[in-house]
Amino acid sequence: MEKASAIQLRAITKTFGSVVANRDVNLDIRYGEILSLLGENGSGKTTLMNMIAGIYYPDSGQIFVNGEEVAIRSPKDALNLKIGMIHQHFKLVDVFTAAENVALGLDEKGKFDIRTVAQKVREICQKYGFDIDPDQKVYNMTVSQKQTLEIIKVLYRGADILILDEPTAVLTLVEAGKLFRVLRNMRADGKAIVIITHKLNEVLDISDRVSILRHGEYIGTVETRDATELSLTEMMVGKKVSLNIDRPRAEKIEKKLSVEHLTVTDRNGIKLLDDVNFEAFGGEILGIAGISGCGQKQLLEAIAGLQLADEGSSIMFFPEDGGEKQLLGKTPRQIREFGVALSFVPEDRLGMGLVGSMGMAENMMLKDYDRGHSFFTERKRPRQLAEQIKAELEVVTPGIQTPVRRLSGGNVQKVLVGREIAAHPTVLMTAYAVRGLDINTSYTIYHLLNEQKMKGVAVIFVGEDLDVLLELSDRILVLCGGKITGIVDGRSATKEQVGMMMTGQNPVLGGNA
Amino acid sequence: MEQLIALIKSSVVFGTVIMYGCIGETLTEKSGNLNLGVPGIMYLGGISSLIGVFFYERAVETPNAILCLLIALISGFGAAALGGLLYSFLTITLRANQNVTGLTLTIFGSGIANFFGGSLNKLAGGVGQISVSATSAAFRTQIPFLSEWGPIGRMLFSYGFMVYLAIAIAVIMHWYLMRTRGGLNLRAVGENPATADAMGINVTRKKYLATCIGAGISGLGGVYYVMDYIKGTWANDGSIEKLGWLAVALVIFTTWKSVNAIWGAYLFGVLYWMYFYIPNLTRSSQELFKCLPYIVTILVLIISSTRKKKEQQAPAHLGLSYFREDR
Amino acid sequence: MSTQSVHVEREPLVRMVKRDGISNQKAWLIRGISLGSALVVCALLIFMLTKLNPLKVYSSMFEGALGTPRRTWVTLRDTMMLLCISIGLAPAFKMRFWNIGAEGQVLIGGVATAACMIYLGGKVPTPVLFLVMVLASTLSGAVWGLVPAIFKAKWNTNETLFTLMMNYVAIQITSYCVALWENPFGSNSVGIIHPNTEWGWFPKIFGQQYLLNVIIVMGLTVAMYVYLKYTKHGYEISVVGESENTARYAGISVRKVILRTMAISSGICGLAGFIAVSGASHTISVNTADGRGFTAIIVAWLSKFNAVVMVLFSFLLVFLDKGAVEIASKYGLNEYASEIIEGIILFFILGSEFFINYRLIFRHAGKKDKKEVA
Repeated sequence: MEKASAIQLRAITKTFGSVVANRDVNLDIRYGEILSLLGENGSGKTTLMNMIAGIYYPDSGQIFVNGEEVAIRSPKDALNLKIGMIHQHFKLVDVFTAAENVALGLDEKGKFDIRTVAQKVREICQKYGFDIDPDQKVYNMTVSQKQTLEIIKVLYRGADILILDEPTAVLTLVEAGKLFRVLRNMRADGKAIVIITHKLNEVLDISDRVSILRHGEYIGTVETRDATELSLTEMMVGKKVSLNIDRPRAEKIEKKLSVEHLTVTDRNGIKLLDDVNFEAFGGEILGIAGISGCGQKQLLEAIAGLQLADEGSSIMFFPEDGGEKQLLGKTPRQIREFGVALSFVPEDRLGMGLVGSMGMAENMMLKDYDRGHSFFTERKRPRQLAEQIKAELEVVTPGIQTPVRRLSGGNVQKVLVGREIAAHPTVLMTAYAVRGLDINTSYTIYHLLNEQKMKGVAVIFVGEDLDVLLELSDRILVLCGGKITGIVDGRSATKEQVGMMMTGQNPVLGGNA
Repeated sequence: MEQLIALIKSSVVFGTVIMYGCIGETLTEKSGNLNLGVPGIMYLGGISSLIGVFFYERAVETPNAILCLLIALISGFGAAALGGLLYSFLTITLRANQNVTGLTLTIFGSGIANFFGGSLNKLAGGVGQISVSATSAAFRTQIPFLSEWGPIGRMLFSYGFMVYLAIAIAVIMHWYLMRTRGGLNLRAVGENPATADAMGINVTRKKYLATCIGAGISGLGGVYYVMDYIKGTWANDGSIEKLGWLAVALVIFTTWKSVNAIWGAYLFGVLYWMYFYIPNLTRSSQELFKCLPYIVTILVLIISSTRKKKEQQAPAHLGLSYFREDR
Repeated sequence: MSTQSVHVEREPLVRMVKRDGISNQKAWLIRGISLGSALVVCALLIFMLTKLNPLKVYSSMFEGALGTPRRTWVTLRDTMMLLCISIGLAPAFKMRFWNIGAEGQVLIGGVATAACMIYLGGKVPTPVLFLVMVLASTLSGAVWGLVPAIFKAKWNTNETLFTLMMNYVAIQITSYCVALWENPFGSNSVGIIHPNTEWGWFPKIFGQQYLLNVIIVMGLTVAMYVYLKYTKHGYEISVVGESENTARYAGISVRKVILRTMAISSGICGLAGFIAVSGASHTISVNTADGRGFTAIIVAWLSKFNAVVMVLFSFLLVFLDKGAVEIASKYGLNEYASEIIEGIILFFILGSEFFINYRLIFRHAGKKDKKEVA
């Protein structure tokens, strides 16, 4: 039986500057049903849902709620239409209790009494099986409780249509199970539910229908019972696109890095990295694939000396002249003084890799400003280096003294990558090195990485675009939820295979490390 | 016994000045604005009330006591609120640095107050000592009978009405902040303006209102000081500034809860005046006693930061400006 | 993700956008305009209060500040005091550490200096006395600033409030010492220390009493400029101030930098106390710092730590102060007029920062041709 339609999107298009986030997207959301919105990172899922929630306004297209065309200009408009969205970043006041957070900004008439709110919160909890104490302070809550609170906030405001943006990304397996039970209760209650996700097993587990987006475009909708992981993966990643990225073979392959039993646990006891073991070799590019937030950041930062790891973890470095050196527990400076040339292009370019208010020249010495015994910083060398990078990588900047914050994203990245390569690394790690860059700059970066590989550097490339990873990497390590799903050969692996592994399945279709 | 009563009396009077400053600033800080202009605002409140009633008393033969009170309170509150408005405009709309704006307001307020306080006589055509006796008397009217009711009466009831008004405001403010929808929303603005914004609260409006009303209340401390504490006169001796900073200290001491200001302010008064009642102190060691309120405040600051108890910390977004597109 | 392109229907009449950057000339032009408008407003105010020709009033201000060599030297001396404290605050602010405690650090440095003068004056040779004074004032100031810094580094205790409170403890300690060293007894002041022998006073250079003040402070200014701009320490301060994450990435120990920088910052403020006591007033009182610890915060912040601007700014404020005192006595006004003028000017400059950091976009200004208001 066809369920009643809650929301219909027709030909929705949204652009940000020159980037098209959504193009002509159609979507149907129905009451009493759970719809999964599936797609890779950057496929436009969140943007699309933000337009329903009143965060963004579409450039063109129509939105129908309960059959009537509407304009949703603010989150308030959305709530008036009984639409509520639970964002990935919680909007909660830490020092308030659950009930106080629920009461925030309500314009109910009548006498205000937090106990009435708390009572209503309890009723909602009972109805759907939430486990929340209305008097508990938010700062004492686990992530899962905070998320529950966000859902309650939306339900309290009478929402019949709920959108959850990657709700399980921050949850443990048990917590996710609990969430799904609640979602099913809500479905039974007749609510329309959308979950944005890229985890196939969840999609198959919870949803009734799956809609797939790829590169901002609507690919199609299938009934979950007709779908398999393979069919969904194919729709999600699409056909392999040839990018013609070079992949030369280096002559000398030498072991540079050996990571063993690397485990990182956060404050809430969640394992961000779970017993990670791998080796990185000079003369090869080791691609790291995975849905974002699967431990890539912690992995690179642990190697760079910026992340503490649990007992029993080990990161061993193998110098040219033999022997081995333990990197774990060292600060970046100690690693440097250790004689280990480790270069790291972090994801947050201006918030970590560079100092935005400084010019190129001053940024050149960020990692080795303390070279030598002089009380003063060097003047000439950074300037020369800056000029050299500016010329070689064709950085567009008014001058090497112009604050790098004012440069465009691609030029910022060139400055950062240029500096890290100029340090003559033995190990070069990059996190999302081509994110937000245009085609030409991206190819410049690929070329630079290949050059380093041919020089015998061990390159670790954390990426999000599978096509790039498949054409650039010699080997691909796939992470899922902090664990290694597998390591495959870059030349023989298929896109479907890696796509499946990213969701936690290891099909072992051949080619293994 | 006599001494104890005298100590309590002087502490209550002293404490009331800073209590106003403190409750007003508490409201302001709850909205996330750290207004270091409290001394300047108290100056503005004090001098405006003085000017207001000074001209009124000169204009009429027999000043009406009620009118005197109203003029003093309204002009004091109003001028201080205007100071708050200036601060709000600079920090909220123009996003100027809060610390620097507050300090400038202190310089400005002290300049205005001492300028007019010092030249009032000349501007009015040379009338000799500035004094608004009628208003001051009205401010210092005590409750009949009760105030003479033995030691208890003298300890509890021998003050002008503003002492009790301060307590009332402190209680009302606490009720507002903790028990009403508006208070809840205001606290959210000071803690996490992005969340408050997302929940449909008008952050800018909340901040403006809290800062202006808070400044007005702080300004009443200046009114009380001028009208009651120094009996309707003016002295360019910088003592309001000192009291203003004590009020800022008191906000920290009370861990941002206005009801705590009721006993906290009197305790500061006791600490400040204690030297007077301890025998055999040299004059130099008396001075050391006067820094007790500040040392106690520092201790509170340290203890609350080491214990990391969130309820005792400053509002999380205190001192920072909010721009929606900053994410 | 960027939210810059908002649908037309949602666009309000005026909205503001953070600037990516603005050329230095333009920024200083905006500041110059705001300073000019502030002076106009002050002129109107003066006219309303006194009915005097504001231009004449400004010229008598000039007279008051720079009319005679003696006045010029006093103006210069006070400029140097303000500048010295601002120089001290600059590194802390650059690190984004809100040292509001300069007033107290100056006083403590002054007390230490006065103590040396009183207890050692005439008992040790002059060079030794000076050395001890410099060390004592710098160290005591540094200790005064390190206390809040330690708590900040260890427990993240709010440094704004902590340093603010330390001021008043310092004021009371100064009062204590004033009472202790009272001379003559009962005067409640220390009086001029060694008025006849001038032990521990700054020597005259080329017959100029305050030339040494100028030399020391200008020397410090240059040194601080170099320190912040060309040394490894200065580099670390910039990085920590910009982002602690970047500092970690670069392998900088944030804690160490906070402690070291605060020691330097408050040490210089302590040294300012030495200059105030030994080089200017030759006495100590709670007014030795005279609110300059607070004014200097504004100077350092608004100058964006630019040494040249700090010099000009300090001079402007002292000039106004001296000028206002002059018009006050000349026209029978009150000298606090200077604080009003100072306040107005600072408000204007504070407000002008908005137009440097943000730009306004009007709705009907068209898509491509976005009108800028600066």
